Amino acid sequence: MKKLILVFLALGTFGVAAETTQTVNIYSFRQSFLIEPILEKFTAETGIQTKVVFAKKGLIERLKREGKYSPADVVLTSDFNKLLQLKDEGLTSEIVSEEINKNVPAHFRDDQGQWIALTKRIRNIYASKTRVNAPQVLTYESLAAPQFKGKVCTRSGKHPYNLGLIASMIAHKGEAEAETWLQGVKANLARKPQGNDRAQVKAIKEGLCDVSLGNSYYYGKMLENAEQKPWADAVNIVYPNQNDRGSHVNVSGAVITKYAPNKSNALKLLTFLSSEKAQQTYASVNMEYPVNPRVKPAAIVLSWGEFKEDTLPLTKVAEYREAALKLVDKVKFDL
Amino acid sequence: MNELKPTDDIKKVDSVGVSPPSLRIRLLKLAHLLPSFKHVKIISFLLALVMALPLITLLFEALSSSGDSFAHIRETVLTDYVINTALLMLSVGTLVLLIGIPLAWLIANCDFWGKRFFNWALVLPLAMPAYLVAYTYTDLLDYAGPIQITLRDWFGWTSVNDYWFFDIRSLSGAAVMLSLVLYPYVYLMVRSSFLEQNATLTQAARVLGKTPFKCFMQVSLPLARNAIVASCALVMMESMADFATVNYFAVSTLTTAVYDTWLGHYDLASAAKLSSIMVMGIFVLLFLEQLQKGKQKSSNDAKVSQQSLTYKLTQKQTVLAVSFCSLILFVAFLVPVFVLLQYAVHYFEQSWSTQVFEFAFNSAGIAFITALLALLLSLVLNYAYRVKPNKVQAFSLKAASSGYAIPGTVMAIGVLVPLTFLDIQINDLTVWLGFSAPGLLLSGSIVAIIFAHLVRFIAIANKTLESSYEKISPSLDMVAKTMGTNGVNLLKKVHIPLVRKSAMVAALLIFVESMKELPAALLLQPFDFQTLPTYVYQYASDEQLELAALGAILIVLVGLIPLLILNRSIDTSSIDSNKIDHSKVIQNRVDGK
Amino acid sequence: MSVLSLSKLNVSYKSSQGKIQIIDELELQVNSGEIVALFGPSGGGKSTVLKAIAGLLDNVSGDIIIGGKQALGINSRGNTSINIATEDRKIGLIFQDYALFPHLTVAQNVAFGLDKLSRSARKAKVDSLLELIKMVEYSDRYPHELSGGQQQRIAIVRALACEPELLLFDESFSNIDPQFRFELISDIRALLKQHNIAALFVTHNQDEAFAFCDRIAVLNKGKIEQIDCPERLFNYPQTRFVAEFLGQGLWLRCKVASANVLLSELGEISYAGDKDLFSSMSLKVEGEVDVYIRPHQLKLTLSNDFPIVVTNERFAGEFYESQVQWLGQVIVVKTQNSFLNQSVKIEINTAVWSVFPVVKSPI
Repeated sequence: MKKLILVFLALGTFGVAAETTQTVNIYSFRQSFLIEPILEKFTAETGIQTKVVFAKKGLIERLKREGKYSPADVVLTSDFNKLLQLKDEGLTSEIVSEEINKNVPAHFRDDQGQWIALTKRIRNIYASKTRVNAPQVLTYESLAAPQFKGKVCTRSGKHPYNLGLIASMIAHKGEAEAETWLQGVKANLARKPQGNDRAQVKAIKEGLCDVSLGNSYYYGKMLENAEQKPWADAVNIVYPNQNDRGSHVNVSGAVITKYAPNKSNALKLLTFLSSEKAQQTYASVNMEYPVNPRVKPAAIVLSWGEFKEDTLPLTKVAEYREAALKLVDKVKFDL
Repeated sequence: MNELKPTDDIKKVDSVGVSPPSLRIRLLKLAHLLPSFKHVKIISFLLALVMALPLITLLFEALSSSGDSFAHIRETVLTDYVINTALLMLSVGTLVLLIGIPLAWLIANCDFWGKRFFNWALVLPLAMPAYLVAYTYTDLLDYAGPIQITLRDWFGWTSVNDYWFFDIRSLSGAAVMLSLVLYPYVYLMVRSSFLEQNATLTQAARVLGKTPFKCFMQVSLPLARNAIVASCALVMMESMADFATVNYFAVSTLTTAVYDTWLGHYDLASAAKLSSIMVMGIFVLLFLEQLQKGKQKSSNDAKVSQQSLTYKLTQKQTVLAVSFCSLILFVAFLVPVFVLLQYAVHYFEQSWSTQVFEFAFNSAGIAFITALLALLLSLVLNYAYRVKPNKVQAFSLKAASSGYAIPGTVMAIGVLVPLTFLDIQINDLTVWLGFSAPGLLLSGSIVAIIFAHLVRFIAIANKTLESSYEKISPSLDMVAKTMGTNGVNLLKKVHIPLVRKSAMVAALLIFVESMKELPAALLLQPFDFQTLPTYVYQYASDEQLELAALGAILIVLVGLIPLLILNRSIDTSSIDSNKIDHSKVIQNRVDGK
Repeated sequence: MSVLSLSKLNVSYKSSQGKIQIIDELELQVNSGEIVALFGPSGGGKSTVLKAIAGLLDNVSGDIIIGGKQALGINSRGNTSINIATEDRKIGLIFQDYALFPHLTVAQNVAFGLDKLSRSARKAKVDSLLELIKMVEYSDRYPHELSGGQQQRIAIVRALACEPELLLFDESFSNIDPQFRFELISDIRALLKQHNIAALFVTHNQDEAFAFCDRIAVLNKGKIEQIDCPERLFNYPQTRFVAEFLGQGLWLRCKVASANVLLSELGEISYAGDKDLFSSMSLKVEGEVDVYIRPHQLKLTLSNDFPIVVTNERFAGEFYESQVQWLGQVIVVKTQNSFLNQSVKIEINTAVWSVFPVVKSPI
């Protein structure tokens, strides 16, 4: 039995973060190929090693269960709901840094300093160049309009990006109207919600549908990709609701965990991520809109034009996340 | 031998296999690691408790709080999810039988050109994770895939309204994909059941005026019932537990519901409640399987040399048989592998990274440790049951096997909760003792992944060793004891040599399963540690499988190695008709088949 | 009328050493209501003949006629080869392991071949068959709940249910406890005789063959050596092989003394064959023949005039088995008294019925 225990202990130390060198431990909901180039720069600049667990799901539960012994210092999320969940579950600690406050405008920071946004992305409508006239007047509401009967494509309604949009719909229009709208969108679907945002653009190119929902940066990423460029070329990127409240914005962001063992390193990382250098990378590599006002979006992104953002605070939108999820189930959006 | 108790799991595959001697030595060495034999009964009980920990956790969570979103799910989508899950299970169950039984029969009871090749080749899809097959076929068959594009070009169709095409991203699509990778279970188990059947039974039926087809329907099939039901139940469990494939195909099943409640509604209690429903469903399935086993027993005590039935196929029948086998092999294995290879070559520059080999090493390491531990623990459990076959030990054995019923996703929760709890206790204790906190030794390391895989797959080892042990006459133990051999020596000198072939089969299967297993590793991975499945899934779930094609191919390749070893040990059983005494080979003409 | 007729039956298979002939130009008739044994050493091809008749083998040539219907061979016009499938040959086959379907009850087993009957007719038939073997109350049992003998009876009525032209038994009694074997054999023989059913019985057990069959065909190396009723086979063996195969004995070189008398080293032997010695083998006086003397034809008496000593004996209750050696041959003779280590005289106390041409080295 002793030998067995030894084996287990040996295995145990295998994965445990070494505490001796300067490190920062990250739980990342964002994918490694987006994050790793930036982290490499961070290490090069500061000498602080980064250790990451990448997962799209379950990291918050894990953090919660690990409690005060959690090795995680920073959590990177790909949407604002998770930022708020982390805060609500009491898993965050206050981010105190003048520099960060300079880098990130106040409305992209938690008012209690529990989280910061790092990039923003627009929930766009992609419309077929050939089959949709006057795309500039499209609104989220128009996805439920009769003209798009059988012409709408989207990914699962439960995906955080769509949940955010639905929640903002509830926040603006109330639950009843949002439900009618969601039902309308469902009735217009060309096919059951499936795939990711790019797959919807591909489907427009193939003529399966005319309009789809998709985040802004995918347009740029598709244009860069030889295989996918024809898909992007087949559509116009549309910023919806320009004549009223503006387009729905989501953010990716970061928190420092409550029990972060390397809090100062974590703060350095966040400072770096909001700095001009990292924000530039976000903008150029990932085609996202930087939150740092001193950094301009990539040229290609700028070329899509100016647009009006929905200014409803994200915390307000987040209040309706649960309601949005229930609504998706209620209208059986995915079924 | 005329033992007519057809297989209840893969184990019989092995019976005559020859395994390399090194394994035996390795097993013997392992035996020395076994804890003191005086306490083996208590230890096995404790082990069983540990193995059942995830299930206990789930039940505890399910009962601990109200779980508000459970009510919401129940009122809205639960019915659809249950129906989808049931439909998926039923259609996969039906499909694997339609594929697996004819293949098993062809290989076991027919002689035709290419049989020896198909005999092992048909096992290969087992190394394929279902989601990989799903991704490759979606790329091929989707509206925007090359096949539909070609068709549109040929026939001048311009839109989706011009023609009808099979929608791959559907429940039926998911059922087909899952069937393609799960049919080998039916094939393996039913094949060995067919091989065990005595030819005289079919001959008797022929003489009583039945055509070969009727003989198959009225004799061979009912006799293989246990194997058929057991393999089908296994496949249905697997399809119920599947998450990656159905998620990709946008088919909402109960696993989706578990995810939604847990990660969407932040309601672990509800998720645990739903999981408990699934686990209960699986226990019902297992219970029904046990129930039907009922009355079949060996027909008599006559020990007549075993004859196996072999139909010599005519040229025409050979063409049909080879076509059928080739079609399945082509669709279930060659096409996905070809697509992956094509991606790997085409995207070589973007996707090449030596990291892949590191991940492959991680995966293989975890799979190896899992297989080895499963074997070792299972040996302790079975030995304890052997020396003390009372209710406690029987229960221990059952409880230790309960993990197989828990889907990987759910298992991840079931492992995370107790391990983090233990970790916190350990840390609290060390801090209280004045040392610095050692960190998360269990949940933060690969121990968590290995534990999850171990709990999920140890049932394979338990079942295999259990039936292997049943075949060892108790008088052997008594004889050994009269000669002063007991405890470790009994295990070493008598039991291990007798069970080692089936133990090896179990270990290999666990290795293959563990190589493919995704959900546990996805949630429980330590820092800077990826397995091949998590690496591949990260790209694949973003519909960029082509960038991880190399990793995908490695999953298959590493999985193939044990499969080929596995099949070699099956091969040496009586499949090879050349080795059978001529007078015992009943070369029937298969009329009208 | 013959129920089964085999002529020029050949079975061969190809091996790495070339074509191997298992059955060689075999001829056999089984008459209506007759029970015939195929009796011979293992590896002699007995079961192969049975499987050839049942149509369970490839590589069979020759003519098989079952119940007057050509099952294998060339049709009457001589232009098409016939090879009827097993299920259409109208035969019953009873296996060594009975081959009862373990997943079916006794009644379902018996009814297995009766698809064409209506449900009620089927039930009636099954009941009457089970009545025949007094096993009606077992109809809902499963095979594994029955004894070997019971299983064998069920296997037989299952075969009878289809009203076959011919029953084939493949070593069918070898798994029955010896205590009950002969009781079962006589029961089944009575049953077959009662219903005038012809049967071919493959066995290597002489006692079973003698007890069960009307005629016995001795099969060796793919050929039939002799077909005769048991007594004749035993007493009038036609070949050395048959003589030896039916039991231990003593080869004696004899000289013909007269038409009915032979002279051997053990004294005079009277010959009681069908024809006298001169006509049967065109022998002359002083001509040499071999005879095969079985132990029961020998008598041992104590006598100090002979160098033959009983070297070993076994007490068997009713008698002693005394072992003596003579001319290099060992023979065991039943005696009433113990002769161990005593000199004895061997006498022949009966006539012989068969003589064999001399081979260079006797034994």
